[in-house]
Amino acid sequence: MDNRVNSELIRVESLTKIYHLGEVKVVALRGVSFEVKGGDFLAIMGPSGSGKSTLMNIIGCLDRPTSGQYLLEGTEVSKLDKKQLAYIRNKKIGFVFQMFNLLPRTTAMENVELPLLYSNVPTKKRNRLAEESLALVGLAGRKMHYTHQLSGGEQQRVAIARALVNNPSIILADEPTGNVDSQSGAEIMEIFEKLNNEKKITIILVTHDLEISKFAKKMILFRDGEIVKREIIKD
Amino acid sequence: MNLLKTVQVALKALNKNKMRSFLTMLGIIVGVLAVVAMVSIGQGAKVSVQERISQLGSNLLFVRPGSSFRHGVHGGWGSRTTLKPEDAEAIVEECPSVEMISPEVNTRAQVVYKNKNWNPSISGTGADILAIRGWKMDAGIFFRRGDIKGAAKFCVLGKTVVENLFSDVSPIGEIIRIRQIPFTVLGVLGERGQAGGWYDQDDVILVPYTTAQKRLLGIQHINSIVVSAVSAESMSNAEQEIRELLRRRHNLADYEEDDFSIRNMADIQEAVTETAGTMTILLAGIASVSLLVGGIGIMNIMLVSVTERIREIGIRLSVGARERDILMQFLVEAVVLSLTGGLIGIIAGIIGSRVISSIAGWPTMVSVASIGLAFVFSAAVGVFFGFYPARKASKLNPIDALRYE
Repeated sequence: MDNRVNSELIRVESLTKIYHLGEVKVVALRGVSFEVKGGDFLAIMGPSGSGKSTLMNIIGCLDRPTSGQYLLEGTEVSKLDKKQLAYIRNKKIGFVFQMFNLLPRTTAMENVELPLLYSNVPTKKRNRLAEESLALVGLAGRKMHYTHQLSGGEQQRVAIARALVNNPSIILADEPTGNVDSQSGAEIMEIFEKLNNEKKITIILVTHDLEISKFAKKMILFRDGEIVKREIIKD
Repeated sequence: MNLLKTVQVALKALNKNKMRSFLTMLGIIVGVLAVVAMVSIGQGAKVSVQERISQLGSNLLFVRPGSSFRHGVHGGWGSRTTLKPEDAEAIVEECPSVEMISPEVNTRAQVVYKNKNWNPSISGTGADILAIRGWKMDAGIFFRRGDIKGAAKFCVLGKTVVENLFSDVSPIGEIIRIRQIPFTVLGVLGERGQAGGWYDQDDVILVPYTTAQKRLLGIQHINSIVVSAVSAESMSNAEQEIRELLRRRHNLADYEEDDFSIRNMADIQEAVTETAGTMTILLAGIASVSLLVGGIGIMNIMLVSVTERIREIGIRLSVGARERDILMQFLVEAVVLSLTGGLIGIIAGIIGSRVISSIAGWPTMVSVASIGLAFVFSAAVGVFFGFYPARKASKLNPIDALRYE
């Protein structure tokens, strides 16, 4: 893990994204360039509609840019086919969403195991990895609880455990504290901080909450699809 | 994801919506039940028709004279008088594929015993008719070759004739009058029952054909010859031999048509079996319509299910599910539904056809082929109607799917 630290993980070069909503042309990103090194903890900030979620979707291989380059560990992602993108989402990227996005009527354990199912990990190893992952977010005792039996904060921690389970290079968190109370929000941010410090996992976080962004090491401010400010918060 | 795990996931998803899954399956259950039950009725009918015909004798040939043609007027089939008893004798002597023959002379006549009378059909036959037709005697004896040679005034009665002429005395040894001529009753034929429509096979009196020719009708020719071939396989040989022999005996030139016709029991059997087969196909066809409707039910539910679970699909895509994984997940769900429904339908169909045969008294036969067909068909229905919704699910854009409310 440590050999990844400070090596170039993500390089984004003049990235643009244009949506066509019927007749209307919406420019979500207008030439964005930045890079992320292994072990970084980057906060992307900006008002809603500034293009930060679009950027996250592209970095997360859920969407493709209209033009520009996106290199992930030196691989040009925009040239990959759907199957290869699915592989990257499975192995290299962990998602944490504002809405948690857990499967309903399913146990915490099964939710965490989900990415492992798609990489054909055998049952025993799958159970062990999922349990370890749940322990890491402090939910070892809740593994057999169903989604609806968990509080918002707990659900988000299950989502983090799911993002972690395949040992990804990057965790992408899109407003992870947006739907939880401030107490749980702080707990979640502490987990991210711990993962970043101890496991050296690169974290990219989208938020518009200044308090939350203080957990990050670097910050990028977005406005109207462009980066308007870059700042190093701490080293 | 491997197939076993995909099946587990599918089962879990179906289990979450038990009522809906059951109702969807019900369409397939009813469809498969209908197919299995209908085919078993058709098959049963076919088998029982075949059995009945082979009871009549599956190695029989019938030779009849052709249509008469005099002064430009055609008579009906069998109206010629060219078929003679000597033809019959020649057939059994000269055709190696022929085992036995019986010349036949048919008429109807008024029959009197004491103060009772009746009008049965009178059939003049040879002595071998019992062996050829496989008929049994109920009581008494049958006339012998010598009786035929001597045109003896002996007769054998069918059950219906006995019932109408003799109320409580045994008919054997009694004298009855056929067209005023006294005949001694030698025996009574075993019951054969109705043969389609109003024709009662037991309303008959058998007499030596020579007696019928000379004493009852005053004719030289015979109406037909019943021939039994040595085996069912030698039927066509026998037919060929008889045709050549009769053409020679009747001095027919090459350009002349046959003045007789030969009917083959196997041909009749084939025709009737074919009819029963057509009926089976018809019944199965009607039943498959309900299977089709069941399949559309599956498609409908799967489409609803995909729409309901768009978010789930988005989540799965975001953690690394490939298009193929999503396609398989929904396809397997549809196939599990249709196969489970198919299995239940097969069991219900077997029970159903038993119930039908015991209530309606129809013969039914559940064949392995029809079960196999129903099973394969229901799986095919699952794949066919499950594919479109599954494909629709797999083609979803992950971002749109995740945002779907």
